[in-house]
Amino acid sequence: MQAESALGRVALWFVIALLALAAMLSAKDGGFAAHALIVAVTAFALVLVSAARFDPTTSLNSFFRIPPGESQYDDDPVRWGVLATMFWGLAGFVAGLYIALQLAFPQLNFEPYLNFGRLRPLHTSAVIFAFGGNALLATSFYVVQRTCRAKLAFPSLARFVFWGYQMFIVLAATGYLLGVTQSKEYAEPEWYVDLWLTIVWVAYLIVFVATIVKRKEPHIYVANWFFLAFIITVAMLHVVNNLAIPVSPTGSRSYQVFAGVQDALTQWWYGHNAVGFFLTAGFLAMMYYFVPKQAERPVYSYRLSIIHFWSLIFLYIWAGPHHLHYTALPDWAQTLGMVFSVMLWMPSWGGMINGLMTLNGAWDKIRTDPIIRMMVMALAFYGMSTFEGPMMSIKAVNSLSHYTDWTIGHVHSGALGWNGMITFACVYYLVPRLWKRKRMYSLRMINWHFWLATLGIVFYAASMWVAGVTQGLMWREYGADGYLVNSFADTVAALHPMYLLRAFGGLLYLSGYVIMIWNVWQTLAGRVREEAPMTETPHDENADRPLPPAAVPAE
Amino acid sequence: MANDDKRIDQPTGTEFVGHEWDGIEELNTPLPRWWLWTFYLTVFWGLAYTVAYPAWPMISGATQGMLGWTSRGQLADEMDLADQARMSVNERIAALDVEKLAADPELMEQAIAGGAAAFRVNCSQCHGSGAAGYQDLGYPNLNDDDWLWGGSMSEIEYTITHGIRQPGEDRRQGVMPPFDGAFDNAQMAALVSHVRSLSGLEQPNAAGAATYADNCAACHGTAGEGNRELGAPRLDDAIWLRGSSAAAIRAQIVNPKMGAMPAFGERLDPVTIKMLAAFVHSRGGGEDFVEAPVEEPVAEADAAE
Repeated sequence: MQAESALGRVALWFVIALLALAAMLSAKDGGFAAHALIVAVTAFALVLVSAARFDPTTSLNSFFRIPPGESQYDDDPVRWGVLATMFWGLAGFVAGLYIALQLAFPQLNFEPYLNFGRLRPLHTSAVIFAFGGNALLATSFYVVQRTCRAKLAFPSLARFVFWGYQMFIVLAATGYLLGVTQSKEYAEPEWYVDLWLTIVWVAYLIVFVATIVKRKEPHIYVANWFFLAFIITVAMLHVVNNLAIPVSPTGSRSYQVFAGVQDALTQWWYGHNAVGFFLTAGFLAMMYYFVPKQAERPVYSYRLSIIHFWSLIFLYIWAGPHHLHYTALPDWAQTLGMVFSVMLWMPSWGGMINGLMTLNGAWDKIRTDPIIRMMVMALAFYGMSTFEGPMMSIKAVNSLSHYTDWTIGHVHSGALGWNGMITFACVYYLVPRLWKRKRMYSLRMINWHFWLATLGIVFYAASMWVAGVTQGLMWREYGADGYLVNSFADTVAALHPMYLLRAFGGLLYLSGYVIMIWNVWQTLAGRVREEAPMTETPHDENADRPLPPAAVPAE
Repeated sequence: MANDDKRIDQPTGTEFVGHEWDGIEELNTPLPRWWLWTFYLTVFWGLAYTVAYPAWPMISGATQGMLGWTSRGQLADEMDLADQARMSVNERIAALDVEKLAADPELMEQAIAGGAAAFRVNCSQCHGSGAAGYQDLGYPNLNDDDWLWGGSMSEIEYTITHGIRQPGEDRRQGVMPPFDGAFDNAQMAALVSHVRSLSGLEQPNAAGAATYADNCAACHGTAGEGNRELGAPRLDDAIWLRGSSAAAIRAQIVNPKMGAMPAFGERLDPVTIKMLAAFVHSRGGGEDFVEAPVEEPVAEADAAE
């Protein structure tokens, strides 16, 4: 029986390998051929793997010290998700630092594969979809099982979701370097990669919903509402924004079905809600489970969680047009985009309030627990960037900030501060539990990571605010005689010091992350660092006694 | 949830809702008032804003908004204001011959300011933000007093309007033939050495001088003084468009590279071109207009300075 199914698998992978090889040979362009080759090589490797009836993960499992045997919950996809998060995070942060340096030192552009135009989507996709996406996969699988008191539904489908998502990342990343792009921001992968992601994403939805359906709890926890909103909305956004007609079934190029301003509006409906549902709703779901767990406190307000969930979900979807202020987009759509963005301010802050106030009665943990410290900083940055966002959507502000580095600063205070910090905190929470260790290898290293990351964000955001406002003011500066004062090249030269400071901030953030990788690796290896605890109430033996009689003053 | 089930969370004094997931409970805290009222405020503000500005999509078109504001209207208003502010200056410049501009210092100042702005948009890509050119790539420096085609206001205006080496009758043309294979190695070395000697970089030599007189002097002048009619560069000064090294000069003789410039008369209005001419002229090397086009004395007078 086992041999038969192994044989079946061999045949299946062999057919896929042949199809991929045929696609490669008939490819219309080099990028598509390279991608077909990647698929063919993967499928062929799986032929060998299946033929040997060799479980490929066994040796990897021992390399990554994955605890053997059945857990109470199905945690293997979660462990792999954590490992993938760590790996792609490194790739994304290194790419980010490199392109920051490219902006300061253009000589670092190496044509054609390593120029800024190709590395920039590599960075954004690596941090959002690879680092953030794997963190969401891992935490959603972890949280949904615990809060439903049920093991994952369709375990093999869950594994397909994980590995299929990694395949998507590899095809997307290699595509950027090879110049395969449909030139839509945050939706650069071409039509066949989009189709693949659609399949993976529907499988993700099935696993998640089926697990909720078989839950043993009467109610669905708020984290799962947010995860569900994230999965469903991203599916809708992805499909609509990537509607395209391929030039050839064996070529990487395609044409969008929308054109002109309709295409731009669809793109920013997608782009803004990638922020809203991927980076906000999904990460709020993480916050709603891991903050109360780490703080060991009840969630601040059930009512607030309901009201801010539904108002956030309803309002976010309309805010996209604020990316197209003062463009060919009709005025009425710009107005609505701005108005919905401003109304979004309080619903966004509802999540911050619920997270921060959950610490009521446990505020002292900010002093003693570096993981809580990270969560609080994440929520603080979430609050700051969700105030800054509505502010920047106001037309008068946008006319200064649009197209400048202010936008870059805004995005990174959210991405580094909110998404990065909350992910780090969750991984620090998860790793000892998933690998059955007493605690992380070192809590003091978490503290170092916290300070390096915080300082890095401060350098990054502050330099980009200054750069953005400088840029905006220089572009619009008119002399007393009624003529523009600066050329574009003047503004570029003026920003050079800010670009250096930004790269320095990125270096600090990356350094903190390298410490984290070391810390996680040591924890996986089962080591515990000998170190002074984060807090010690001082004890003075000499003072610990009754007052001596001699101390009574003589009259 | 019967009333007697209500448990109170000790640190906050708030009651629990009664749900529990994996140890996580929820408190029944009411919505913070400030949060709720700020939310209402943004909603009311939003509604009011959509009444004032174009907002609600209808079957054909959208509501106009009570203020009658449009983004295109705002742009037109702002551009009109800026144009009106410059109107009198533009009209006066348009009416004046470019050579007479300098006679009116206040108008000249305005023209230079406008030319500087136009230069940043149209010229700085090749000639550099500071108009210093890019020497080894052949984009001329506009700050020195070496002019390929003439440095008076009207000559600069003509150059900007008609461009360099553009197709057409009235354009500035001038082509140096390639001398690839025309000289043997010794001849070439002597010629290069002679060309360098014109500006004192090397000692003169007779063989090179003979080759120069036969092949080069017709355009570049017997002493290398150049010819502005043909755009033939001066060879007797220290300013070199494509390098002064022997290798660079040899490469330029074998296969000459000649720059081209778009005819901006096809892109910009005459007032802007006059302003650009005033700006370029003001950079330091501007020459006075001489009625009779006798170029050589002017050039020599410059060299002597």
